[in-house]
Amino acid sequence: MNNVFKSISLILLVAMMAFVPLRGFAQAEEAEMQAEETISEEAEAKPEKFDAKSFIFGHTGDSYCYHITEIHEKPICVWLPVIVKSKETGWHCFSSKHVCELKEGETFNHKGSNFYISPINADKYPGKLVEVSSTGELKRPFDISFTKNAFGIILVSIFLLAFFLPAAYKYKKDPMAKPTKYQGLVEWLTYMVLDGIIAPNIPEKKVKKFAPYLLTAFFFIFFANLFGLIPIFPFSANVTGNLSITVVLALMTYFIVNIFGNKHYWKDILWPDVPIFLKAFPLMPIIELISTITKPFALMVRLFANILAGHIVIMVLMALIFIIGGMYGAGMGGVISIVSIFMTIFMTALELLVAYIQAYVFTILSSLFIGMAQHEPEEE
Amino acid sequence: MDLFLPESGLVIWMLIAFLIVFAILAKVGWPMIMGAVEKRNAYIADSLQAADEANNALAGIEQRKKEALAESQAEQLRIMKESQELKAQLIEEAKQQARQEAEKIVADARLRIEKEQAEAMAEIKSQVITLSVDIAEKLLQSELQEQNKQSDYIEKLLRSSQQIEA
Repeated sequence: MNNVFKSISLILLVAMMAFVPLRGFAQAEEAEMQAEETISEEAEAKPEKFDAKSFIFGHTGDSYCYHITEIHEKPICVWLPVIVKSKETGWHCFSSKHVCELKEGETFNHKGSNFYISPINADKYPGKLVEVSSTGELKRPFDISFTKNAFGIILVSIFLLAFFLPAAYKYKKDPMAKPTKYQGLVEWLTYMVLDGIIAPNIPEKKVKKFAPYLLTAFFFIFFANLFGLIPIFPFSANVTGNLSITVVLALMTYFIVNIFGNKHYWKDILWPDVPIFLKAFPLMPIIELISTITKPFALMVRLFANILAGHIVIMVLMALIFIIGGMYGAGMGGVISIVSIFMTIFMTALELLVAYIQAYVFTILSSLFIGMAQHEPEEE
Repeated sequence: MDLFLPESGLVIWMLIAFLIVFAILAKVGWPMIMGAVEKRNAYIADSLQAADEANNALAGIEQRKKEALAESQAEQLRIMKESQELKAQLIEEAKQQARQEAEKIVADARLRIEKEQAEAMAEIKSQVITLSVDIAEKLLQSELQEQNKQSDYIEKLLRSSQQIEA
């Protein structure tokens, strides 16, 4: 009886989706897949409750395989290579298929080491590959696996090169030729950043020097954000919503600001124009030095938190369907799904805006910090 | 939550990938795009300026053409006026010359008439003399029958004729 209800609600859901104007909207399709997946899961393993936390963080976090969907409980995944260095047995490289398909309590033995992926709700190393050492301890090996996010990074990198290099080649071959529409797009994007973000913040003579980094950072973040919003393979990796990525970007800005900073910049940090008692006992210099670190730190957290929050909100709206469905039955879940899907469409549209805004904010603040370190005081 | 700890593996992937993309784009990407666009901007600015200059030059040429036209018209007028004047002058001169010529002819004729008159007078005089001599001869012939009287008279006559001839 219950099964019949579930099937009806599923049919209802699918029928309703047909009336959603954005039928092909990938987000909605994912929701459909998710619904199918979870329902089949619930049908088989009744006592298992929907775990919203692992659902949300499983989708927004990194993972060792590219989980696409499940058909009849059979996961459809793209298996990515696991590359780890164990303290005891050295380097290991194997497909994530071996560790992702393990049942609870099982381990995968590779060249004398036992590995498994710690569950997402575990206390220690959640969602990470762990090694059971010879003494039975849980160890985290040095892990440079080609994960979902690493895949996302490479995808964005290849996209950037494939998008900008042909235009650059055309410009190099014949700079005076009438630009094609594609070149016009590249030009528009480039000069949107150059004239709108970089040029107002950096002294004119230094624009050429710093523009390549800022342009690369902008487009990397922008396209990573956009790709993160497309919920089907090979996109959907939450690249910029991961601290490991934003920490690298923020460090780049930090090093560029401080390596290329001129003597006025360092003088303002180490010997600012304040009463002598504030700098003799080096209070101000310490504050200034800390501020050089807090600026890129803020950059790092801002980008990470904004993108992650957006993804979490979308996932929460999705999870809501199954939470309500679990509490009040599938019919209520079906009703809530309509609301959820509209909210998700709205959130995704908002995230499109956020994708641009966060790339914009990161680049404008980076160029502002770089520009401030290049500033020459006017001669009196 | 491990969410707030960077993963060393992912940091390495990101660092390598981003640095490679940055290096490639900084070397052969952005400078080409920016260079070409700047070059084209400069070219367009130059072309606009050149067109502006050409327009100005054209306007100058137009002005000069007008000036030249006006000048040549004025020249034409002046030449026509001058030739008119010259014509009048030539006619005047010719008239004057003709008048002078005529006067000269008249004067010549008058001179010749005077000369011929003088010649005629001289001839008349000589004829009068011949006639008077002839008459005197005849008269003398009749008178001088006596010898004395004859020689006296001849002498007296000779003297008077000599006086006349001198």
